[in-house]
Amino acid sequence: MKFNDAILGAVFLALSIAVLVHIQGFPNIPGQKIGPGAFPGLIALILGGCSLALIWRGWRERASQPMVAVGAWLASPRHIRNFLVAIGALVFYILAADVLGFLICGAIILISLFLTLRVRPALAVPLALVLPVLIHVIFYKVLRVPLPWGVLPVLW
Amino acid sequence: MLATYAQAFALIMDPYVLTVILFSALFGLFVGCIPGLTATMATALLVPITFFMPPVPAIAAIVTCTAMAIFAGDIPGALLRIPGTPASAAYTDEAYAMTRKGQAEVALGAGLVFSAIGGLFGTAVMIVGAPALADIALRFSDYEYFWIVVLGLAGAVFIGNASILKATISLLLGLLIACVGLDNPAGFPRFTFGSAELTGGISLIPMMVGMFAVSEILRFMVHLDPPLRLATDRIGNIFRGMGALLVKYKWGLLRGSALGTVIGIQPGSGADMAAWMSYATAKKFSKEPEKFGTGHVEGIVESGAANNSSLAGAWIPALVFGIPGDSITAIAIGVLYIKGLNPGPSLFVNNPQNIYAIFLVFILANLIMIPLGWLAIKVAKRVLTVSRNIVMPTILLFCIVGSFAINNTVFGVLLILVFGLLAFVLEENGFPVAPAILGVVLGQMMEENFIKSMIKSDGDVTAFVTRPIAMWLAIATFVILFWPVGTWLWRRFGVRFRY
Repeated sequence: MKFNDAILGAVFLALSIAVLVHIQGFPNIPGQKIGPGAFPGLIALILGGCSLALIWRGWRERASQPMVAVGAWLASPRHIRNFLVAIGALVFYILAADVLGFLICGAIILISLFLTLRVRPALAVPLALVLPVLIHVIFYKVLRVPLPWGVLPVLW
Repeated sequence: MLATYAQAFALIMDPYVLTVILFSALFGLFVGCIPGLTATMATALLVPITFFMPPVPAIAAIVTCTAMAIFAGDIPGALLRIPGTPASAAYTDEAYAMTRKGQAEVALGAGLVFSAIGGLFGTAVMIVGAPALADIALRFSDYEYFWIVVLGLAGAVFIGNASILKATISLLLGLLIACVGLDNPAGFPRFTFGSAELTGGISLIPMMVGMFAVSEILRFMVHLDPPLRLATDRIGNIFRGMGALLVKYKWGLLRGSALGTVIGIQPGSGADMAAWMSYATAKKFSKEPEKFGTGHVEGIVESGAANNSSLAGAWIPALVFGIPGDSITAIAIGVLYIKGLNPGPSLFVNNPQNIYAIFLVFILANLIMIPLGWLAIKVAKRVLTVSRNIVMPTILLFCIVGSFAINNTVFGVLLILVFGLLAFVLEENGFPVAPAILGVVLGQMMEENFIKSMIKSDGDVTAFVTRPIAMWLAIATFVILFWPVGTWLWRRFGVRFRY
């Protein structure tokens, strides 16, 4: 997905204005002329300037550079699906990890990605069951990361 | 100094450290071999594990893994015509042409042997140069440090980017991200929007895993390339004839190694640019430039050495100033801070054994590259046929665990999602990602020196240029900053003045 530079420039300009407005509420360091707003303010000002230059460049090239150019993959339903399943896997983990636990979430994520990428089910299912256990053992037992157990009882 | 080296040697020869080095070497070779996985990604994936190690093995893991990955990128280049990492892209066509001529073993052997020699050259420069530079840097005050950071950032933006404007914007986004949280000279919570998670700032590790690993996985998900096909499965003795090549191309080897080291030192440009530039120089200085592109080993010798020597070069500014020479050292600096080994000249005075241990790891990594690389080439056929459809989902799960492990909350997973998507969109639109990472790594240091200097001088901006070293650094920065503007003006108006 390729946007015209003017559109991205406008997004960054909005960001820099938001930062400049937001830092107005920051206090100065007591007894000093300077405060926590100075540095982000300076950065936001430069970002604003660069955004204007980007907008100008995008506008000048608007004949050759369309406002939104759709990448080749967006014309292929299979690749859009691949992309969405990967994003969905992360969102699913964020929402479900504490309830279901790492092992179940990991298996669901792997099986859905494997099948989306057309791995043979005879290979995908055993891998999706074994790999999360392997990763769990490395991180939970060896590195002592408290990965959530969720609905499963504490097994090791 | 010898006593310190003995101490450092003892640190390295620990069985635990040696095991870490061996495993990270194998990991680096595997990642480098698989097209679409870069050395930077390998580092980003290693960091959550190094998080749980003492400083020396943590750094050893990164150094070894990257050296191996940069070499291993040559393997699919020669056999599949797809570079394993961007650092091998410069001579992939050449290596593939050699394979087609039945000389796969020469291409791979040259890649391996001269990678190791280049790596050792860069290491030698680092061993001599870094402590000497640290001696000078000890005299620096906040003003000089401010300029050093600005100079590093300017270099990152202006060198090797197609669009300077977009690289600058990427850098500024990084600097703004560094502002989030409580960790600023005033201790005031900025841009946290009442979130307890954001008060601690945006953790560097999940952000890097997102920008370098998750974005790469997303790119794989939408890639439309045809499946990979091996060009040959017969590889002879890779070491035959290497001695003759060494004698024949000794000057090219030296030139490539030296150029690679210099490009590595230069902030923001790393192994891939070192390879492209040396390949071009090799062709320019060659006695038989017409043979380049037809399966001629000369370019591989020179640029294969250059990309590995740049790795060591990049560590010089990283250790002495805390300024990353490439995106790998940007990650490594984050690790050094987490381990309490804040980079800077005082590190050379207070903890010299750790620094020397890093030097020794570089030597060791480049030496074990030869046998392990030989092994990797032997099993390459098997590794390259491992389906990426299986590897990529597994890496995604690994990213999830790794980002969770840093603070033990799913907030880390949210960060890899957000930054993975951000990096994906930015790169699709021609914004380089590396400057953003440099901005995040250096933002805090830059702000601290800026605020301290402003308070010391009581708001007087001229104090930034009145100390002699500060003034020269300022001049250097402005030369880099205004070089493109100057050349543009010259091209536009200079011609007219002559009449």
